[in-house]
Amino acid sequence: MQVDTTHSFKVEEVRKDFPILHREVNGSPLVYLDNGATAQKPQTVIDSLVRYYAHDNANIHRGVHTLSQEATSAYEEVRIAMKSFLNAAHSEEIIFTKGTTDGINLVASAYGRANLQPGDEVLITAMEHHSNIVPWQMICEAQGAKLKVAPINDQGELILDELYKLITEKTKVVALVHISNTLGTINPVKEIIARSHEMGAVVLVDGAQAAPHMKVDVSALDVDFYVFGMHKVFGPTGVGVLYGKKELLESMPPYQGGGDMIKTVTFEKTTYNELPHKLEAGTPNIADGIATQAALTYLQQFSWDEIHQHEMELLHYATDRLREIEGLKIIGEAKHKASVISFVIDGVHAYDLGVLMDKMGVAVRTGHHCTQPLMARFGISGTVRASFAFYNTKEEIDLLIKAVKRARNMLS
Amino acid sequence: MSIKERQEELIEEFGMFDDWMDKYEYLISLGKELPLIEEDKKVEQNIIKGCQSRVWLDAQLKEGKVRFTADSDAIITKGIISLMIRVLDDSSPDEIVDKELYFIDKIGLKEHLSPTRSNGLVSMVKQMKMYALAFQTQLNNG
Repeated sequence: MQVDTTHSFKVEEVRKDFPILHREVNGSPLVYLDNGATAQKPQTVIDSLVRYYAHDNANIHRGVHTLSQEATSAYEEVRIAMKSFLNAAHSEEIIFTKGTTDGINLVASAYGRANLQPGDEVLITAMEHHSNIVPWQMICEAQGAKLKVAPINDQGELILDELYKLITEKTKVVALVHISNTLGTINPVKEIIARSHEMGAVVLVDGAQAAPHMKVDVSALDVDFYVFGMHKVFGPTGVGVLYGKKELLESMPPYQGGGDMIKTVTFEKTTYNELPHKLEAGTPNIADGIATQAALTYLQQFSWDEIHQHEMELLHYATDRLREIEGLKIIGEAKHKASVISFVIDGVHAYDLGVLMDKMGVAVRTGHHCTQPLMARFGISGTVRASFAFYNTKEEIDLLIKAVKRARNMLS
Repeated sequence: MSIKERQEELIEEFGMFDDWMDKYEYLISLGKELPLIEEDKKVEQNIIKGCQSRVWLDAQLKEGKVRFTADSDAIITKGIISLMIRVLDDSSPDEIVDKELYFIDKIGLKEHLSPTRSNGLVSMVKQMKMYALAFQTQLNNG
């Protein structure tokens, strides 16, 4: 094992924290390169879930009994930890959701309903995930607003001049992805947010792929809404975060009605609870919410710089090695890229490659990655996508290359 | 040969493979050999959309037997289609409607018929039976 001595990050030590990385799949050691779909969980997150159900389970925000109070404190402490994780100004700016999709739907529906009028525009980009397209299509249709799409170039980068031309006084919302799940492109969101604000538009950033790879500082970005799901950030499934500026969240009508989000209810009129509860109707996902704390604590032992450095080594190594393969084309060659590589091979269907690679223990994603308009932009039906996390190794990339070559030979 | 006999024959054939490589190499070769659906049948109404791969299926009733042709953009999917056709093609609608396809499970390719694969194969099997049912009705009414 070749250990990089330029920094303190010891990948073999890190791997010990993730039990699943030591299992076999189809008779081979698992090579998990589908981190863009979901990340694996460290033992501490798994332990937290077990401990909660074995020891702490109670409903929150309503009981006077000890268990309920303990669970409520634990859950609310996660909100405070999340506020620090994102460098938000107030903990009530952290709204817990089911995930990225849920967060976008919440904003599109609640903010959109209150603020979009006929003739208004919502601007998205050509590299959005379906979850940052469809909710906006739905609300635009309901409100009589128009959806505009900013184009990208052949490298898979936003064409900023074109994007800025599309932000006009009609634009009420700009919704864009921080890091493309398909291409790996890192968008210059800070600059885009500033330009959007100059034109009076609010900005939602889909950070699903960014939160696992970089420090997200919502104050420095001056972003209005930032959404992501914890399951891609080494935490449990079913917990997402919507960060929103307090004044915007306060001005929004509730998204869903029910328990927890009310102050008083009569059949004539209901008054709503304060933030964040106004936007969190019903019993939340308490166990996974509390286990989110374990994921955040786990990540604290690393610096984002060392994670970034390790992931960039993996990205560059994998890119170089994949380029050796005849007929292979990388889709998404942006200058600023996260550790995600999509590729196609001449005359070979992505599904066939994925099936055979799985037989060799290599887990990659194949298909359109919920970005059909992006596939259409590149004139392809799908790609194979390898997405790396900080626990992946160069040895695993060697196995990826071996699997791709072997699969291609079988198929051609 | 009955549909049951054809399934047994395939199970025996696949029993000879020692590992997954041999099995998939055979599937790939079947996929390459599969007579393609005629271009004019590769139309929108014959397409079965999966998330991962697409399948085209056409069925005709000829002299009381159902004749299937099919195609896919993915070669492994095509290989499995070729097995389905070998089992069901040239049988009467009555036979096709009633028969359970157990061979896929027995030859260790069940994962390809899982709905989560969304390769169009699950819908294809349903569609093959739907055609048979339609032809059965047609024959009974005729």
